[in-house]
Amino acid sequence: MTTIYLDNNATSQVAAEVMDAMLPYFRILYGNPSSMHSFGGQVARKIREAREQAAALIGATPEEVIFTSCGTESDNAAIRSALATHPDRRHILTSRVEHPAVKSLCAHLSRQGYRVTELPVDKDGLLDMNQFERSLTPDTAVVSLMWANNETGALFPVEKAAELAHDKGILFHTDAVQAVGKIPINMKSNVIDMLSISGHKLHAPKGIGILYVRKGTKFSPFLIGGHQEKERRGGTENTPSIIGLGKACELAASNMKMENTRVKKLRDKLETELLERIPNSRVNGTRLYRLPNTTNISFEFVEGEAILLLMDEFGICASSGSACTSGSLQPSHVLRAMGVPFTMAHGSIRFSLSIYNTEEEIDFVIEKLPSIIERLRGLSPYWNLGDQACTVQ
Amino acid sequence: MWEYTDKVKEHFLNPRNVGEVENPDGVAEVGSIACGDALKLSFKLDENKKIKDVKFKTFGCASAIATSSALTEMIKGLTLEEAMKVTNQDIASYLGGLPQEKMHCSVMGKQALEKAIENYRGGPSKEPEAKIICECFGVTESEIERAVRENNLSTVEEVTNYTKAGGGCGGCHDAIREIIERVRAGATAPVVKPKLSNIQKIKMIEETIEREIRPSLKNDGGDIELIDVIGNRVLVATRGACATCKAADITLKHFVELKLRDLVSPELVIEEVTP
Repeated sequence: MTTIYLDNNATSQVAAEVMDAMLPYFRILYGNPSSMHSFGGQVARKIREAREQAAALIGATPEEVIFTSCGTESDNAAIRSALATHPDRRHILTSRVEHPAVKSLCAHLSRQGYRVTELPVDKDGLLDMNQFERSLTPDTAVVSLMWANNETGALFPVEKAAELAHDKGILFHTDAVQAVGKIPINMKSNVIDMLSISGHKLHAPKGIGILYVRKGTKFSPFLIGGHQEKERRGGTENTPSIIGLGKACELAASNMKMENTRVKKLRDKLETELLERIPNSRVNGTRLYRLPNTTNISFEFVEGEAILLLMDEFGICASSGSACTSGSLQPSHVLRAMGVPFTMAHGSIRFSLSIYNTEEEIDFVIEKLPSIIERLRGLSPYWNLGDQACTVQ
Repeated sequence: MWEYTDKVKEHFLNPRNVGEVENPDGVAEVGSIACGDALKLSFKLDENKKIKDVKFKTFGCASAIATSSALTEMIKGLTLEEAMKVTNQDIASYLGGLPQEKMHCSVMGKQALEKAIENYRGGPSKEPEAKIICECFGVTESEIERAVRENNLSTVEEVTNYTKAGGGCGGCHDAIREIIERVRAGATAPVVKPKLSNIQKIKMIEETIEREIRPSLKNDGGDIELIDVIGNRVLVATRGACATCKAADITLKHFVELKLRDLVSPELVIEEVTP
């Protein structure tokens, strides 16, 4: 059975070009970039190139790029650094819909005595910018808001938010793990201080990430060790993955247009056709301000895990915000924060596309999904009630 | 991904006895859409009072559907007395086991079966006092007691896996712990609230705010801080969204004060101070 992979916000395939770029650095060019011999030195050169490629994707300078092990490490390093460099401030401003890499860290810090404000979102998953501005206090050490939401694709106006924070002398960090490579980002035209990137979301391997730290921003390292990354992140470089990520950033820059044309067109087709063919279905979150590759659709009166497993029978991969898939008994914190009714949240499916998806794949999903939902609704004690509920509305 | 047995997968993909029995002798609905799973069970008896026909409709995950299907297969042909003896463990075993986190599906099956039989026998045998322990999932004290007893559970996590209780805000974890201890000690006497010393009172107020109150406020972007306790006056400051919310007064009086009175001492009065 062929796999139809529509779960690219979870992780993505390593691009063939990325793999090719990496392979020599395992068995042939395995030198340590810190070594004094030219065998290691040639690897250091290659890492410099990767740093330039990564910087170019986001309009940064190479010195502003710190390679880390993943998006989570980048988020942890950024927020902890902001707190360490502002020991007199005890407040963190964030949102209710952040990725666990930020959300759980903030919860942890609040148990250690920091004051954490989680801004609510509206039904579209968007922030009230007036409330955001009001929540900035002289005690605020750092703001951390995600650029794009992993579940809905909703985009926060982080560039604007960063300006508001800056006006009050507050550091601004954004988890841009889902945004980088999918929408144009230019750090020259904004004032964001720190930005997290994850390699495996943009066709580089897992286990590699970047923390962008704007030149002039005070930084306190998270991992203390050797002099690597200008003493901002100790530990011998993950050379093959760094080189792979550099290549992936270069590819992403040249594929950006495709994300916003071909991928977006496929996503829109999938979304429109599913909504049309399946009654009592709706899109969760804004359809205006979001990533070009993501759609989050709820199918009322059926449960997400069951949908995923029936899709799995056809090799279709996606994700769900239902309780049963989280293992936590409660549906996704993002959908709850948006006030999505439980009847809808339990039946939510996130499709996230990549440049590797084809129209045939999308057509196949459009063909199969209506019967999957119908089959589960046939089992559901709520479905007949649902018919009526629909006509009442 | 959950590790389901082949039998769970098979029952999920090819569920038996889906639907509703016409003119049923007994019906029951358990669970709710808000909780993430629900089961409607209906059966009809033959002339020998054996279950002739039984059907289900389930909203829920693969294991909820599979356990419902398995249950109908297991009880078909049994007398009601025999059917009553089927335990949630039997249902899970029939399917070759369920992931621990999914055991609540088998408990839901068992509950539906009992409720349907009660329905046949003329309405539910009322529980003397259905004290809700877990408000997020509406789980009662007796349901938890029973799950602990019948499945020999010893931790809150296990109780959550079997009944869902404690799987939401987590505010009832202490209450669940008490039930576990009580059931395992074989005792049934409820705990009496002792008279509090000042230190104990302040400590309890602190704990209650931390455990019962702050999580709910935080869900709405708000927060609260205990400033001082003078006699029975509890001085607090509101933070976050609460600080700017017009309804904060109502929240303090109707939620915070009631919770503190309920869980610490009925004499407490809440007062807001500006920091």
